Parts: sequence; C-alpha cells; structure tokens
Amino acid sequence: MKFNEGWLREWVDPGVGSGVLAEQLTRAGLEVDAVEPAASPGGFSGVVVAEVLKSRPHPNADRLKLCVVDPGGGDRVEVVCGAPNVRAGMRAALARPGARIAGGVKVRRAKIRGSGSEGMLLSMRELGIGEDHDGILELDPDAPPGADVSGVLGLDDSVFELSLTPDRGDCLSVAGVAREVGAINRLPVRGPASDPVAPVIEDRLPVALEAPEGCARYAGRVVRGIDPAAKTPLWMTERLRRCGVRAVSPVVDVTNYVMLEIGQPLHAFDLHRLEGGIRVRRARAGERLTLLDEREVETRPSTLVIADHRRPVALAGIMGGLDTAVSGATRDVFLESAWFDPSDLMGEPRFYKLNTDASHRFERGVDPELQTAAIERATRLLLDVAGGRPGPVVDERAPSHLPGRSTIRLRAKRIERLLGMALPSDEVAGGLRRLGMEVSETEGGWSVTPPTRRFDIAIEEDLIEEVVRLAGYDRVPPVEIEGTVRPGGDPETGVPVSRLRRVLVDRGYQEAVTYSFVDPALQSLLDPEVPPIRLANPISSELSVMRSHLWMGLCGALVRNANRQERRVRLFETGLRFRRDPALKARIGDVEGWGDRGRDQVADVDQERCIAAVAMGPTHPEQWGSAARDADFFDLKSDVEALLGLTGQPERFSFAPVVHPALHPAQTAAIRDGDEPVGLIGALHPNVRRELGLPAPVFVFEIALAALSTARLPGYVPVSRYPSVRRDLAVIVDDGVAVDRILDGVRRGAPATLNDAAVFDLYRGEGVGAGKKSVAIGLTFRSDSRTLDDTEVDGLIEAIVAGLEAELGAALRR
Amino acid sequence: MLTEIEDLKAQALAALAAAATREEVERVRARFIGRQGVVTEQLRGLGSLPAEERPAAGQALNQFKNTLQEASRSRREALSRAAVDAELGSDRIDVTLPGRGQRAGGLHPVTRTLERIETFFRRLGFEIVEGPEIEDDFHNFEALNIPAHHPARAMHDTFYFDDGLLLRTHTSNMQIRIMAVQPPPLRVIAIGRVYRCDSDLTHTPMFQQIEGLVVDERANFSNLKGTLAAFCRHIFEADLEIRFRPSYFPFTEPSAEVDIQCVICGGTGCRVCGQTGWLEILGSGMVHPNVLANVGIDSERYTGFAFGMGAERITMLRYGVDDLRLFMDNDLPFLRQFAGGG
Repeated sequence: MKFNEGWLREWVDPGVGSGVLAEQLTRAGLEVDAVEPAASPGGFSGVVVAEVLKSRPHPNADRLKLCVVDPGGGDRVEVVCGAPNVRAGMRAALARPGARIAGGVKVRRAKIRGSGSEGMLLSMRELGIGEDHDGILELDPDAPPGADVSGVLGLDDSVFELSLTPDRGDCLSVAGVAREVGAINRLPVRGPASDPVAPVIEDRLPVALEAPEGCARYAGRVVRGIDPAAKTPLWMTERLRRCGVRAVSPVVDVTNYVMLEIGQPLHAFDLHRLEGGIRVRRARAGERLTLLDEREVETRPSTLVIADHRRPVALAGIMGGLDTAVSGATRDVFLESAWFDPSDLMGEPRFYKLNTDASHRFERGVDPELQTAAIERATRLLLDVAGGRPGPVVDERAPSHLPGRSTIRLRAKRIERLLGMALPSDEVAGGLRRLGMEVSETEGGWSVTPPTRRFDIAIEEDLIEEVVRLAGYDRVPPVEIEGTVRPGGDPETGVPVSRLRRVLVDRGYQEAVTYSFVDPALQSLLDPEVPPIRLANPISSELSVMRSHLWMGLCGALVRNANRQERRVRLFETGLRFRRDPALKARIGDVEGWGDRGRDQVADVDQERCIAAVAMGPTHPEQWGSAARDADFFDLKSDVEALLGLTGQPERFSFAPVVHPALHPAQTAAIRDGDEPVGLIGALHPNVRRELGLPAPVFVFEIALAALSTARLPGYVPVSRYPSVRRDLAVIVDDGVAVDRILDGVRRGAPATLNDAAVFDLYRGEGVGAGKKSVAIGLTFRSDSRTLDDTEVDGLIEAIVAGLEAELGAALRR
Repeated sequence: MLTEIEDLKAQALAALAAAATREEVERVRARFIGRQGVVTEQLRGLGSLPAEERPAAGQALNQFKNTLQEASRSRREALSRAAVDAELGSDRIDVTLPGRGQRAGGLHPVTRTLERIETFFRRLGFEIVEGPEIEDDFHNFEALNIPAHHPARAMHDTFYFDDGLLLRTHTSNMQIRIMAVQPPPLRVIAIGRVYRCDSDLTHTPMFQQIEGLVVDERANFSNLKGTLAAFCRHIFEADLEIRFRPSYFPFTEPSAEVDIQCVICGGTGCRVCGQTGWLEILGSGMVHPNVLANVGIDSERYTGFAFGMGAERITMLRYGVDDLRLFMDNDLPFLRQFAGGG
C-alpha cells in the first residue's frame, strides 16, 4: 500500500524525520518497502507561480493567445499559450527559459508564429503530476506569484510504500497507519470530521440483505443533482496520485479518496441505471455481468452479487458493473458503503482473476462499524466538489451476522512464559489501550476486548504479540538454547548422505541440483514405460512432469555441458524420484510421519530418495604419461562399489543383467541388496544418446539411499597367525557364464580356508576356443589353526575345480 | 715435538681432502698411519724421548691416529655416495610436472550451505529430517492454520496436481509430520526442496529451505532470538547486527522476520540490500496454539518456536553469487568454483 507522508502527518505528527518514521513502522511490523519523493522522477524544477495579467488572441494563429504574466519580483513576461482555459486573473505554473518540465525537458526562449515567448504555462501533464493536458493547471488563487510551484503543490513530500502482511487489513488506509504511529509514539491521532450531512431530499432506494452471511451491513444514499462538469480539486487528485490511484471523475475520485483515507471501499452507481432497489444476494446460475473493466463474467453460485430488481449490477466487494457505472453525464448517484464478510468473500476475487483495491480490503476485513461514517464523509466531499442534494442514509443490518466483539483473557504469567521476560503491568495495559482495545484488570492479568477493525486478534498469543510489538522486539533478551545430546541420535552405523556425496566428489564427480520437474519429452525418452506425474499448472511445458529417475535432470545438465565443449563430465545428484503406485497406497494406507532418507509416500505417490550419477568421456582428466581411455561400465561400477562399500557389507550387493528401455540392452544391470532391487547401472542406449546429441558413450547409475544408509558395526575376528598360500587358477567356461557364478563356486569349494579370490585376467581368443573365455583367479588360502601344506592346498584346488566342472562345465586351463 | 705432530696432522688432513678416489684415500692413510706410516714410526721411537715428554707426545700421536682413521672413513663414504649420486643423475625427473590420477570434483554450493547449517543445529541436539515433496493440502496448509482461500495462500504460488495433491511450498509441512508422530520435547531441522509457481530474476520455481522446530516445556521468544542470532553470526562468521521485527505467518504467533546487517556493504546501504543496510534472512515465530492443537499437543504445557530460511539466498550472500539461476544451470565452470573445503 502507498500513501504520502504529508497526509499521514496531518493526522499524527511524531516530530521525527522520514527515515526514523519508516524505521518505526518497520519495527512495529508494518514493513516499509520504499520511501520515495512525491515529485515524479525527472520531474519539473525552477517552475514558479505566475499571475496572468492579460490574455489576447495571437495575431497569426486562431488557437493561440498572447499573455502577459506576473512571475513575481516586479517582472512582466510575455508568453504564447495555446490552452483554452487561460484567462486574465488566474494563477498558473510558469516555466521560464532554463526551467525544466516533466521528462527533464529544458524550456527555451521561443518564437511562435512571429511572437516571442519567454517561457510556457504548464498543464498537469507537463508538470508530471497528472494526465490532464486539455488546459493549463489552475493554481490556488492565493498562491503568491514567484513562489516555487513544487512548494505550492506540496511536492516536498514523500511516498511510503508498505508491504503489509495479510493480517493487517486495518492498516490499509491513512487512518490505519496513523493509529499505529500514534500508538508507537504515544500521541493522539486527529482525523477529519465525518459529521452527518443532513438530507435535503427524501429519495431513498430500498436495500434487501438476502444473503446476510455474506453481507451483514449495507449503507446507501441517493445524491441528486451533482454537477457533471465539476472538476476534482488539485489537492485531491494530488493525494490520489501519490497513493497510486488515477483520478477519473469527481464521484469516483471521492469514493477512492475515502477508501484511502479511512479504509472503507465505496461504490457509486448511476441512479437512473438501477431498477427498483438493491438486493444483496447470491448469483443465480447462468447470470452474466459486464464489469467496469469491460470484461464479461459468468457468475458462479457462491458469488455474492449486488443486484437491482432485474439483474446483478456488481460483484459484491470486488468490482461494479459497466452498465450502472457513473459517466460524464451522471447527475444522480447512489452511493454504496457495505460490509462483506471476509471468509465469505475469500477465493471469489481469485476465481474471477480480479484483485481490486476493494476486494483486497474486504478479503482482509473492513471495520464493520465504518459504513455510515464513510458514507457521510463521502457525501461531504462530493457536495464540496460537485454539489448535489443528498437523501437520507439507508443503513440495513443483519446484526446476528455481524462479527461480535469477543473478550480475551491475558495472563501476566503467560506473557512471561511465551516471551521469556516479564513486562510492566502498565506497559501491557497502556499499549493495548493505545491500540484501541478495552482493557480491564483481572486476577493475574487483564480482560481485553479488541476493536472491531482488528480481525487478527482472537487469542491470548495475538495480544502478546501486540504487547511485545509495541514494546519493541529489541526489548526481549536473546538467550541461546543449550546443546543437548539426543538419545540414540547419532548411531555409529548410520551413513550420512554427506559421506556418500564425498565418496563421489573424491572420485571426480561434481554435485548438481536439477529441477524435480522435467520436460515430458526427456522424461518419456528416458523412462518411456512409466506414466509421468503431470503438474496441473506448470511454469512452462519444459518443467511440467515429475521425474521418475534422477537421470532426467542429470542428462539435461550433461547435454548442456556437452554443448559447452565439456568432453569429460561426471555429475551426481541426490533427491526424490516420483511414481504413482496405487498398490503401495493399498498396502500402507495413509501414513503419518515420514520415511526419512528412504521412501516417502503421500496418497498413491511413491517418493524415493536416491543418489544418481551420469558419466561421459575419459576416465581421468587429461594428463601426461598415460593413455587416455573413455570410461566404460566397469569404471562406473567401481564408483558404485565405492558407495556400496560404505555399508561395510559389500557382499550384500550383487549385479544382474536387466533390460531397461532407455539403457543399453547388453550393458545394464540391476543392483540388488540381497534379493531386493535397489538400483540400476548401465550405458545409455545408443539411440537415446544420439537423440540427445551426446558425442560419447554415457553411463548412468541410480541407487536408493535406503540401501546405503546403514553400515555394519565392526566386530573383531581373530587374525590368523599362520602364513597364507597363494595359488593362481585359470578356468575355461562358456562365454555366457557369469564370473559371479565362478567365484561363488570357488568359495563353495573351500569354505573354511579360502581367504580371498580375485579375478586378475579375462581372456577370449586363440587357445581357448570359440564361444569360450578363460578366467584367471588368484586364490589365497589361510587356516586359523595351522600352516597349510602344499598337498592340502592341492587337494583344495582339486575340489574347487571338480565343483566348477560339475556346475558350470568349466575346464582347467593348462 | 708437539708442533711437529700438529704439522703432520694438517698435512694428512689436506691430503685426505684432496683424495679423489678410494685408492688415494687408502694411500694417504697408509702413508701416515699404516704399518710403515710416519706416525707408526714415531710411536715406535717414543722411547728415545726424554721421560718427561713421553706421555704428552704419546697422547698426541694416538689422537692423530684416531682422527685420521675417522677422517679417512668419512672421506671414503662421501666418495662412494658421490659415485652413486653421479650414476642416479641420469634418472633426473621434472618435479614440476603435474601428478597423475583422479582429480576431485566438488559439492554444489547450496549443499555446502545446507551442510554447514545442519552441522550448527546438530551440535545443539537437533534431529535432521527431509520428508515428502509431493504433499497434501492438510500438511502443507490446513494443519498449519492456513485454511482454503486464506489470503496467506496468495503468498504461496502453489503447484498443483490434478488430484489435489501439491508440491510443498515450504518445509513447514514437516512441522506437522514430526509433531504427529513424536511427542515433545522436540528439536528438529527439516531440510529440502520446496516449490513455488514463480520464475523471474529473483525467483526459481524450486529452491531449498531449512525449517527448524523446537517444542518443549520452556521454549520462549527469548530463546528464539538468542538461538537465531547465534546462528546468523555463526553462518556468516561475523559479529553481525541482527534485527527482529514483527511479521505474520499463519502458523506462528508472535511472528518475527530476522534481518541481518548487510554482509555486502556492512550496513551502509548498497544494491544488494536495497540501500536499507538490512538483509531479510529468516522467518520465525512461536508455534501457533492452533497448530499444536491440530497435532494434539497441549499448548498450555508446551510451547515452541519455529523458523525457516532459503538456502540459496544465504549461499548467494556467502559466496557473492549474483544470479540465482546459476544454481540450477549446473555449468561445470560454475560448479568447479566451489570445490575444496570440508
């Protein structure tokens, strides 16, 4: 909300500068976003008041006039003026050569149609204070010639822009802000009188509150015979301008002025366009209404409308209809000053995609005791500006639907408990009273009744905030909480995500953070079989479906970097992947709490926390002395094994070939924890890679964090004191036999003494036979109880080979 | 006699120093202290000296012998070491060539910030949780005292799904999820991604938040102030001025925004702080009794405070990043700047 400081200081002047005033408001919870000069930037300068002494037609031009003006100081200046309203005796704004007008334009001496002009008389537009350019601005007849116009117009003023929180609807007016300033500075607040204006005619329009739960009070008044040619005075248009409201016509300007002044939105109808009387009712199905902004809306049944006896004429509290609006020819008006229930109105403006000054206030709550005061104030101003004869005020109420004033108990002990400090009793009561609350002392505290304008005060804590807000948050001493040890809070077997991240960082990966919503094209390219979860209101189509793997974002980042000449890319990310899984919901139902670092589930959406990576390009950064080689499956697998190793139980995990539509059919594996699949590793399918325009093979992996989150607690096993025996073994098997099965067979062959079995060579080709491979394994045997002798080890080897022959058709390679 | 010995000693040591091979060293040694050496001869002739000179001369000669023995040994060693070194000279390497192997990557800058924040609160005994990002209306709004159509919802431009689910707009959803299953006393930090349907120079539709919640039988506004002030000073490693000012969040009462003295200009006013000298960094407040009631906690017995902040903003201020969108671009030249550290 914007308001000008001069207006505020007319109500309450704390005798401090603008900066201090802004700081006071901010510290009281009315955040001041900006304080700016009231003169528009690039505004005029050096413009003075001049009295027009003579005005005669220009000899060489029909529409121009030659004027002699008095710029003060005994000078006489001749200017050429084209304004129709220039006349002898008026005071006008004169820019002499050297002065600047709006837009920073410098005024020069000129010759116009053969007559010299020593400057120009200015319109509002030329002064940069309005849009009127039909004639020159007529200044106050008492303004002394020679005086600086910016002083006369009060432009040595500032505009405050407040960023008000939605609970403070009561501050959406100069009066509201003034009340706060008064309370902070312990000063009384003045305000304009809103004495009743006695009716001089009998005309009244009947008002029926047909939906009292939405509108419990409606004040209306007929004013006849206003002057359609009247102009809104400069002081009023200037205030409107400074508050960010455009001047339109006297009737509209007056309603806006009263809203800015005391916070009650008003509406004026052209009396002759209304038929019968006012009915405040719910909209009926299929009703249409063309609004002031010339947009036609079809109302929905929850909407409250102002109707006459034939049709809706306004969306209640939001915007009036075009058909009944006041126009340049309107002489007779009907003023509306109503109270709409905030909870009833909530959601309606948004539904019609409208956020008007009126709806903004009604949604936050307008004081239900303001309606007649506002209509009297508006009548007074309207009569002053445009004349007219007012009728009596009709004030329809539905008392049972008006908000009651509740009394709240405030305990001194509770203040101390909540704030951690006590406040002096008179400061509590005094502060609340300054905010317009009724306060009476009770045992151990107070009984407090807030004013009707405060919709944000319902419970004791609300009062405590008011008290400490006025006292100043600075007054509360800062006392840090002490550290505590959370029982069971930091188990040694926990593997923090930070540790997983560091494993990959140390192995050359950069961490990425990519959007959880991705391009549907990329999503279906990388996971064509999982139907994506679509956002109903995405920010753009490229960010419109939830990722089902972390690869979508990572591949996006990979492509971006590849397009920027990065040959070697290693990226990883941690985060959630999203899938709908109705079965999960059926199995678990609605769960409270959360599955931390594991799996979260809300309704049928499965949200699994994962760590994932993409890799492309050489195994190592470019370096001297060793041949560069592009990373392959096994380089990436080593990174995965490093992660799995953090569990201390790498033997829990296994890799098995699997098919995924976006991955290479022969270079993809499921990562299993026992029997449970916990991740995937593989090469991107060459078609997918080509589609993405990536220059080299790309490998990806993804592992559910739950599988990595717990490590084994180390348990000591005595170390054998006896020497080990090493033997190498090479077996030939069918190419299709997985090395894992050979190693399993080896281990089963000598369970007690085989310490280690490591593959050290893999060979295909001459001497092995077509469709076969030779696998060389280094075996280390060691006994806990004795030194193994050669014969014993020979026996073990024989047993192992025999087992492999039987199970896998392996042959010993000699 | 003694002068003569000293002269001989000087001669011998000079000869050793000049010896360029092990053979030469041996010859010098033999010449002086070998079987037929000068010193050996003199020792043999000691008897011919007057009795009173004998002990001194004998001592000097024996010393000479020992010195020379030791000097020739060390000369021999020096020569053989020099010979080995001369041979190794052909193995000379350029020690300025770079090392080979893997080069470490780095954490995302926002993660650096999140981990620092986590560590601070862990030390105070907070539990760290993350929680779901696709959320229901109840946990994101309703239970947090934000009913449908509440004007506060306009502050959250929410992403919705067709079935009414939404992307959480803040990590405050975790306040509800935590309190629903864990009785007080509670100290919890919820960290994670949140989403708002808003994208411009200063907003990305996804960002990361840190939410804190303390509920026990003592927590008060004074604790909130002390803890958050200590936190701000810790994170920025500076004795910053801190300002608490009243604000509004539907799920806290009283509520406070926390401003820190601008870390860019030191409070004198600059572009980053909009000339105010202050930077808004945190939202906070005492947990609203309605929120406690929604999860069945007695607000007469228990009170709590909660706070929330954006990780990107703190990261930007900390490292001088001036464009929020860089965090989502994941350009390697940008990411590499944040390598190193813990």
